Amino acid sequence: MQYMILIYGDEKNFAMRANNPEAQKQMYAAFKQYGEDMRAAGVLRGGAELKPTSTATTVRVKNGKTVTHDGPFAETKEQLGGYYTIDVPNLDDAVKWAARCPAAQGGSIEVRPVGLTPDTL
Amino acid sequence: MPTLVIDSICRSEGARVLAGLIRRFGDFDLAEDALQDAFAKAIEVWPTQGLPTVPAAWLTTVAQRRVLDLLRRRQSGPFYTDEPPDIAAPEWDAGDSQPADQSGVEDDRLRLLFTCCHPALAQPAQIALSLRTLCGLSTREIARAFLEPEATTAQRLVRVKRKILEARIPYEVPNREILPERLQVVLSVVYLVFNEGYAATDTPGLLRPDLCAEAVRLGRLVVELMPQEPEARGLLALMLLQDSRRDTRVGSDGAIVPLEEQDRARWNRDAIVDGLVQLDAALAIRQRGPYQLQAAIAALHAKSARAEDTDWQQISALYIGLLREQPSAVVELNAAVAHAMAEGLESGLDWINQLTEREELSSYYLLPAAKADLLRRLGRYSDAREAYCAAIVLVQNPAERKYLEKRLATCRD
Repeated sequence: MQYMILIYGDEKNFAMRANNPEAQKQMYAAFKQYGEDMRAAGVLRGGAELKPTSTATTVRVKNGKTVTHDGPFAETKEQLGGYYTIDVPNLDDAVKWAARCPAAQGGSIEVRPVGLTPDTL
Repeated sequence: MPTLVIDSICRSEGARVLAGLIRRFGDFDLAEDALQDAFAKAIEVWPTQGLPTVPAAWLTTVAQRRVLDLLRRRQSGPFYTDEPPDIAAPEWDAGDSQPADQSGVEDDRLRLLFTCCHPALAQPAQIALSLRTLCGLSTREIARAFLEPEATTAQRLVRVKRKILEARIPYEVPNREILPERLQVVLSVVYLVFNEGYAATDTPGLLRPDLCAEAVRLGRLVVELMPQEPEARGLLALMLLQDSRRDTRVGSDGAIVPLEEQDRARWNRDAIVDGLVQLDAALAIRQRGPYQLQAAIAALHAKSARAEDTDWQQISALYIGLLREQPSAVVELNAAVAHAMAEGLESGLDWINQLTEREELSSYYLLPAAKADLLRRLGRYSDAREAYCAAIVLVQNPAERKYLEKRLATCRD
């Protein structure tokens, strides 16, 4: 069963860390280790960091016309900052991996079962 | 055989059968539908053919056939009809023999318990699903118990079952490493059901199912399935001891009767004995916890023939222990009251006055009520009146308000 691990946090904190090379180095080292652990356990299916919401573009199609606007779909206090896709037997295992995510300290991780995919549609 | 007897057998065996069906077929709805049909079949044939030796095995056999039948219908597409199922009752021998995999039957109910109380489910959903599957309450009965529209409960049950299925919440007993925290969730669900039932006794005249009895049933099931867990026994003891006082809690005028004025002769002796036995068994495991401590406090009250015989010294010590295990402002308030009774009203009052700063208690009516009670005992009636009035502003429950108003009226200089 595939689950998406969605990482939410205040992106202002990410920005602050960007100005502190030592903190940033530590953070990426933790994520690298996390990724390696998931790969070693054979559960990792994909994942990525997302650039800040200031770089986001929201797209809608209205009357056949593509309308874009600058910014994320919704302004929220915490933003989606990255994700992983993992393949584990059940929710308990997915929660265990979510809890090991370095961003779980101070941020929130949403765990969502994956439905149909382009390959299974 | 009267239908009532069949109903009660179905109810007592239902959870066992249902739990096994869910494990085999992995689908709550399918299992529930099949079990309902098996009950209907039992009502049809048991009166003429007699009770099978092992009703659970009989029901399992019938329900399993029904599941296969339902699955076949689902596969054959849109020709589904609502016509009553025509399922054959098992041969009498088949019903009498044990189901093929009798081993693990107890584990099935345990699996069901932990799945219903999975921490990824919302608390009202945990409660509703436990009452539905483990206690066999109908959706209507659950709705009535929680004073909500039946559609709301039905929707809650649909959603929770969908989440279990789609998020793949495992149908298993948690491993040793996470068992303690998961057991805490199970016990808290059981105690919430009990407290809901206890509060409901204050509002007579409403036809609510007896949630206290259901909670005790659930508590017994947990103890039966996990006899080595002292806190499970502690909770069962606590519920039994509290429940023993149920009939004396509210007076004929509809006001709460405080512990010291309750008619102790009317306390339920059987429940007290049962509770004390459970508590002793829990304490023998020598691994204390909050439910055992609360049960021990309730036991000291239960053992005092008269209010003035109450061993407040010990109760006060137990509250200090509870405060260490479960530090919260509410527990501290109880500790302060016990301290007042054991060590002197003035010093208890000092402690309570310190608690008025605590934000968690800012709208908790029992804080000014406790203060008022101590002031009244000290004969400081004008201060007591002020505190009673503060409590009356905050209290929600009509029976508790009535009690406070009665007390207020007695505080005259």
